[in-house]
Amino acid sequence: MGLPAHWDDGHAQAIVEKLKHLDGATLPILHALQDAFGYVDAAAVPMIAQTLNLSRAEVQGTLSFYHDFKAKPAMDRVIRLCRAEACQAQGCESLVEHARRHGIAVDDHAAAAGASLETVYCLGNCALGPAAMVEGELVGRLDAVRLSALIEGASVEDVIAMAQEPVGEPA
Amino acid sequence: MSVVRIFVPGDAAALSVGANGVAAAIAREAAARGIAVEIVRNGSRGMLWLEPLVEVETAAGRIGYGPVAVRDVAGLFEAGFVNGGAHRLALGRIDDLDWMKRQQRLTFARVGVTDPLSLEDYKAHGGLKGLEAALRLSGAAVVEAVRASGLRGRGGAGFPTGIKWKTVLDAEAEQKYIVCNADEGDSGTFADRMLMEGDPFLLIEGMAIAGLAVGATKGFIYIRSEYPHAFKAMERAIAVAEKAEVLGASVLGSGKAFTLEARLGAGAYICGEETSLLESLEGKRGVVRAKPPLPALKGLFGKPTIVNNVLSLAAVPFILAEGAEVYAACGIGRSRGTLPVQLGGNIKRGGLIELAFGVSLRTLIEDFGGGTRSGRPIRAVQVGGPLGAYLPAPQLDIPLDYEALAGIKAMLGHGGIVVFDDTVDMAKQAKFAFEFCAKESCGKCTPCRIGAVRGAETVQRIIDGTEREKNLGVLDDLNQLMTDASLCAMGGLTPMPVMSALRHFPEDFQRPAMSVAAE
Repeated sequence: MGLPAHWDDGHAQAIVEKLKHLDGATLPILHALQDAFGYVDAAAVPMIAQTLNLSRAEVQGTLSFYHDFKAKPAMDRVIRLCRAEACQAQGCESLVEHARRHGIAVDDHAAAAGASLETVYCLGNCALGPAAMVEGELVGRLDAVRLSALIEGASVEDVIAMAQEPVGEPA
Repeated sequence: MSVVRIFVPGDAAALSVGANGVAAAIAREAAARGIAVEIVRNGSRGMLWLEPLVEVETAAGRIGYGPVAVRDVAGLFEAGFVNGGAHRLALGRIDDLDWMKRQQRLTFARVGVTDPLSLEDYKAHGGLKGLEAALRLSGAAVVEAVRASGLRGRGGAGFPTGIKWKTVLDAEAEQKYIVCNADEGDSGTFADRMLMEGDPFLLIEGMAIAGLAVGATKGFIYIRSEYPHAFKAMERAIAVAEKAEVLGASVLGSGKAFTLEARLGAGAYICGEETSLLESLEGKRGVVRAKPPLPALKGLFGKPTIVNNVLSLAAVPFILAEGAEVYAACGIGRSRGTLPVQLGGNIKRGGLIELAFGVSLRTLIEDFGGGTRSGRPIRAVQVGGPLGAYLPAPQLDIPLDYEALAGIKAMLGHGGIVVFDDTVDMAKQAKFAFEFCAKESCGKCTPCRIGAVRGAETVQRIIDGTEREKNLGVLDDLNQLMTDASLCAMGGLTPMPVMSALRHFPEDFQRPAMSVAAE
């Protein structure tokens, strides 16, 4: 994944124009902006409203409703840790504790600790948890050692490769 | 020398434990040894504890090896695994394994077997037969076949699919829609994801049949953003299907149109509720709509709309191809056909098991699953996602059946089973159920928006030992209110895990309060 570009009104408008023909275009547009810039700038709201003939309140309402859309670009690597029931049963909360030792509080993006930890509820990897998603890649069987490696900036590929200890027993 | 076909799953769960690295290592090692291989990125067979599970096509069938690590690859070549050679990780023919043999894979028949994005492979394994059969029938006859199969909505509510389709069929409108709910947000469920990644054409076929049956020319698949791999697989499969005219202005040359778009959710659990999903598709906040009007009459953009779960739509091609009575012959009571069960949490052998309704939870968890991964005793099992009940170990003989589970104040939901060992604190789980509801509530109705917050506070007071009896009474009242007065299942069912935890594990709510000094 390349670094997101700095916000650019012209580029943003071009994205909006490209997708405005879709039925219910707001979400696809917001996703495309977030993909391009790593966040959705406040300037997008009047831009989308104008193009789709919606009120600014409607666009702002949609933007603020969904957890995915961020108002600021992430400063650090974001580790999205699953904290739903299946991962709880596999010890995800001990990983939240472990991150604290790196000075990282879950869902707190303020600290500049090199990475931030974000709660997500279910990544669909419930038999190979605790699970996390980093840079669009799913990580299974996450443990303290490998969470540390992720926090310290190891490549996701390397951290996944570290998972390759045999699990369970053959059928 | 002929090319050896080697299957390395591209399923997200397999990738999460290193399948990409293994595929690359196999390609490298084969090249270094001058062995011609074709690496197929199949779906997962569903034996997730064996991932990455590599299969080799040999004269004696597909021989499996797993779980394979990069460091094992050279040794596998040394052992002659390209010819099915013996090795520490060898599992034999995958189809012969007990785990696979005991299943009845109707919906998941091709998942893990075929190349997910090869339409030729799909057709070679019986794909498109259902759509072809549907094109020979009238819309009403297709709807009747779905009704006769006894298929019920696999998303959780269990509403008869045929009746929903009939309502849309009978509705008069110039535009109707088919919407696939692929917002599989329940913890412990991953069947929709596996199906979309492992056999995306099946979902496309099911939706095309639905469209032709009720006269809808456009479909949307709403996929949660937590599933980027499934979204990519569906987008690619739709492009392939368009090129082959399985989708488009004239489906399989019939002159009837059906087009499909995959859409991404944006991290809101509530959008798995059908009306808030429709709001989200329309570009709005995912706020629940009051029913009636039913989406079948006034759904997407106010038009008659079928909203079905991935597994409901994916069951349809089999019903059309093999006959409603073949599907209905499986199952018990009013639960007909098969259910793809997902086994997760603290489990030794987790994964996907498709079986006719009627099998007991104990068989699934103990025989298939092998008990807990931690090796400790099972204490609680949550069935049906975060809004489903927690069941204690002695209750596991209950059969998988919508009505049987409802009879013990539990629900089957989307077929997810999450196992907890004896270290679980059920008061904490009860509190989490409220916290989750508070975080994910759409906010439209008061019982859910406010009730969830008050519920979490009340459980905390009970845990702390503050006026425990009084607060247990408050909790009971609150649960009753949320159950009766919430607008949708989010608020209406949050009391289910809470009350089941209280009912079956009262001791966890009666622990001596931790003194301040001990903190």
